[in-house]
Amino acid sequence: MKFEYKIEGGDFTHAGYASSQVKKVLKQLNVDPKLIKRVVVCLYEAEVNVVAHACSGTIYIDISTERIKMKLEDKGLGIPDIDLAMKKGYSTASSAVREMGFGAGMGLPNIKNNADEFNLSSVVDQGTVLEIVVYFK
Amino acid sequence: MESKSFHHALKILKDVCIGCSNCMRVCPTEALRVRNGKAVLYDNRCIDCGECFKVCPVNAIIIEQDDFSEIYSYERRVALVPAVLLGQFPTDVSPHAVYTTLIELGFTDVFEVESSAEVLKDFINEYIANSNTPKPVISSFCPAVVRLIQVKFPALVDNIMLLKPPLDLSALYYKQMLVDQGVAESDIGIFYITPCAAKIAAVKSPVGDSYSYVDGVINMDVIYNKVLRVIKQKTGDDITYKKACTINPQNILWSLTNGEANRIKGRSLAVDGLNNAIDFLERLENDEITDVDFLEIRTCDEGCAGGVLNSGNRFLTVERLKNRVNNLLDNKSDIPTESAKCFEKYRPIFKQNISVEPVKPRSMLKLDEDMAMAMKKMERVQRIMRFLPGIDCGSCGAPSCQALAEDIVKGHAAISHCIFMQKMMEQTRKLHPDHSFRIMESIWGKDRFSKGSEKIKKRKKR
Repeated sequence: MKFEYKIEGGDFTHAGYASSQVKKVLKQLNVDPKLIKRVVVCLYEAEVNVVAHACSGTIYIDISTERIKMKLEDKGLGIPDIDLAMKKGYSTASSAVREMGFGAGMGLPNIKNNADEFNLSSVVDQGTVLEIVVYFK
Repeated sequence: MESKSFHHALKILKDVCIGCSNCMRVCPTEALRVRNGKAVLYDNRCIDCGECFKVCPVNAIIIEQDDFSEIYSYERRVALVPAVLLGQFPTDVSPHAVYTTLIELGFTDVFEVESSAEVLKDFINEYIANSNTPKPVISSFCPAVVRLIQVKFPALVDNIMLLKPPLDLSALYYKQMLVDQGVAESDIGIFYITPCAAKIAAVKSPVGDSYSYVDGVINMDVIYNKVLRVIKQKTGDDITYKKACTINPQNILWSLTNGEANRIKGRSLAVDGLNNAIDFLERLENDEITDVDFLEIRTCDEGCAGGVLNSGNRFLTVERLKNRVNNLLDNKSDIPTESAKCFEKYRPIFKQNISVEPVKPRSMLKLDEDMAMAMKKMERVQRIMRFLPGIDCGSCGAPSCQALAEDIVKGHAAISHCIFMQKMMEQTRKLHPDHSFRIMESIWGKDRFSKGSEKIKKRKKR
């Protein structure tokens, strides 16, 4: 099953919509609540990343009985140094974003922790692609 | 590993129900449908919140309670009274008057439920301090919240505090105290005066507990009527009220919004109201809300002051309770140092009995146990949704187009139940008008189509 959601950069108010929708789907599919939690944590963090750093983006969700694949493609500045971005506590967020409670530098490491497969690639000044897989079994 | 049977306090009287669908439209878990002109309840979805009870215009939804005469099966008849009961009465009716009247009505003892908050708050603080408990800890006080989490937010069941609420602790305490005084346990009947349906369900089928210490439940509106009638009929001299049992004033507000959260160390939040609770739990499940230690959630606005069985206005109830607290604090002699000492003595017994078993999820949302099957059904739901009008008119007897689509794939309904689909099928001559008329009759009953005034009822309550 495939789903697609658009994300707009800077729209923190609606960040979390896709994760809520995906959560609803997984509940209906009788997926273990603990796995749902992991999926939702990954997706919410990733969604907020796009809202915070990119101009726009799209989420592609692909669910099978074995796993859920989440691909987030965004158009934006990209990540110059992925290893640095993956470091706990490292953040490029502006003080305005931090004031809203985001930008603690835990997003990407947290996603990786909760994901079974994690793939991050980026082209500076073009955009970033994040692929996350969580297995159901 | 999900629990299968649930007792619901809410019952639909088929003979009284006129199938108006008011209840179906307000149910937060979409547990109601209309079939053959009557409301039908899906047991596994109901959380006993009482929203349907509030809107029913003909009182066809009742809250099943124990008969008042049940109290006479026991020698010691204890009325376990929530603080909000006193808040129902006008200011000139004193707590002493209410409690004395309860004794006149046939009870032998009156005890305030919130008294046990005195010890519970310490146990909660201890529970939260344990780093192994998943945070935020969600209070087990409101049984409708516990049930809401079980059916709608299964990922959060581990956050539910595994400690007994004040109701069970007070029942345990009072029973034990009487036993220690030499009363035989079989002679003691503990009757809870309930402000809502969820508490009844919690007593009759406790979550995370094998049985309840409460022997019976009586609805608060019944007690309110009985007590007020006796008080109103009293004249002049026969008014001598014994001093009511006293409670530490700090515990009186426990059942109101922030009454519990304010007493808990760390970052505590209070959420009240059903829609607020659902919205908050949704965000919590997404991990959008972090670093909260304790959550007090109540499905009624203003906490138990907004209980569906309350007769008074919730805001006046809150005001009266706060006034009572202030009066008690002004008059220091009223503060029960004695009862506080008693609680100290029983602390080991509380400690032994305060824990409950982990709460199991009973998700209502799954389309099928088997994931591959559920996926097929979901794809079918999506296909059906493309045909349905998306206006959630409820003419099909389901609360929304989505609910109808899910009912169809589960085999509980047919696409021809949708009035828009009927029109389209009639136009392409796939459905005869007589047939579609019969379908509507099978949903709403024949009476709905006959001329008469009986079918239009205004909402009964303020």
